[in-house]
Amino acid sequence: MSLSDAYSVLWADLAVLKRRIFRYLITTLVSPLLYLVAFGWGLGRGISVDGTSYFAFVVPGIIALTAMNSSFTGAGTRLNVDRLYFKSFDECLMAPISSSSLLLGKAMVGAVRGLVSSVAFVGLALLISPTFQVTPLFLASLLVTCLLFSFLGVLAALLSKSHEDMGTFSSLILLPMTFLGGTFFSLSQVPEALKFGLYVLPLTHSSLCLRAAVLGQPFPWVSFLVMIGFWAAFSAACHLVLKRASI
Amino acid sequence: MDLMIEMRDLAKEYGEKRAVDGLDLSVRRGEAFGFLGPNGAGKTTTIRILSTLTKPSSGRAWINGFDVMEEPSKVKQEFGIVQQHMSLNRELTVRENLELHARLHHIEKKERRDRIDEMLDYVGLEEFGDHLIERISGGMTRRAMIARALLHKPKLLFLDEPTVGLDAQARRKIWDLVRGMKWEGTTVFLTTHYIEEAEALCDRVGIIDKGRLISLGSPLELRQNLGLVTVESRESENNTEYRYFPDRAAATEYVKTLPSGGNIVMRESNLEDVFIELTGRKVTG
Repeated sequence: MSLSDAYSVLWADLAVLKRRIFRYLITTLVSPLLYLVAFGWGLGRGISVDGTSYFAFVVPGIIALTAMNSSFTGAGTRLNVDRLYFKSFDECLMAPISSSSLLLGKAMVGAVRGLVSSVAFVGLALLISPTFQVTPLFLASLLVTCLLFSFLGVLAALLSKSHEDMGTFSSLILLPMTFLGGTFFSLSQVPEALKFGLYVLPLTHSSLCLRAAVLGQPFPWVSFLVMIGFWAAFSAACHLVLKRASI
Repeated sequence: MDLMIEMRDLAKEYGEKRAVDGLDLSVRRGEAFGFLGPNGAGKTTTIRILSTLTKPSSGRAWINGFDVMEEPSKVKQEFGIVQQHMSLNRELTVRENLELHARLHHIEKKERRDRIDEMLDYVGLEEFGDHLIERISGGMTRRAMIARALLHKPKLLFLDEPTVGLDAQARRKIWDLVRGMKWEGTTVFLTTHYIEEAEALCDRVGIIDKGRLISLGSPLELRQNLGLVTVESRESENNTEYRYFPDRAAATEYVKTLPSGGNIVMRESNLEDVFIELTGRKVTG
């Protein structure tokens, strides 16, 4: 795998993103801000969870959510459109670069968009709540979150046969994860059996890691390793699907 | 023989349909080869296999001696391609699309700008380099695709229906570019369902129908096999009989035997006649 080839794949999207950065930021911040207003200030006013205010509790969850949605859409939807409608993905497939570089480049497209959206939201969160801590573990968790959901986006796009398939994937996988992935509530509040099911969701581990890093709680290293495991699994699945489809 | 493309019993099946059915074909280095056939004949599938985009169901193929299945990374360095559909990134400018291609083909940074300028000039788009793809015409888009395909100086150029949907002026411009490439020594593998395009550009033509190669030779050889002169005699409103003769003298003798006052046309035969005689259908069908 060549990192410079992966960067070449990413370079095209950076050129587009640079041209549209303000429009992108406005679009991408609408959803997390609405969650913040509805759940943080509206529903959660006066509530405390695990000894912290609900506002402080929910912000890292919304960051995880923003990272997930922006990375998945940034990598998946764009690849789906490039592959099935614009057919410009063929250009990358016919280039003398390895499939690892190609897949990493396509995933980096989503990861960069996920990081831009999340960092913009973190900036807003810092304005609202200056006690918010941006630590190296927070940044590492955010990066891994963006990469794992980018690879999930690439996988969904490679498996999709139409734009509708991407919508179905989002409805069946991302939407349930949005509300069940430990974003808006603490896992300590749910029954044991359900808790077990929620640990299967990668977003649960992202929320746990980001929340612990932001709130200065003991860092859940197991969750961090599980995230890396998901990243590796999605990446391997992307390789298999791509190998099956082309020479 | 110095071969650029070689196919042995190449086949591709989609379910029960055989899109390519046992192709055995070689294209010489420096040759302009035309793959002529109607829509759905298997032309694009063949190019997709040769360009490493689609796995064949069976058979083998080589590009400049490299096995398409076994050595795809080497094969990818040998060719450029202009696909039938618009495959440029619409959100990038013409120049950015070329820059992306240059990066993906490992053209050194110091060479990139000069090479891109050179190619924009070659295809007559020097004033449109900074225009977004979505804001230029179809003919310009096709020329930008040709510039991109030639940017890394490939030895082989695939052109899949390069002029489909273009007006006559844009088509002539593309033809000039293809002639220029051939003159510079690039091997050209062209698919088309335009008869005049195959006749104007190709040294040899392979006629493909239902995934099978049904005839092969230079346009002149194919016409000679059929007969260089065609006599059309309209027998009724919906029925015209076509007869083929080696020369005008033989055709004239035949015309003399026809009842006078009929609607008779004597003309040079073309590849359309060849195709109809071989398949019973029109090539544009």
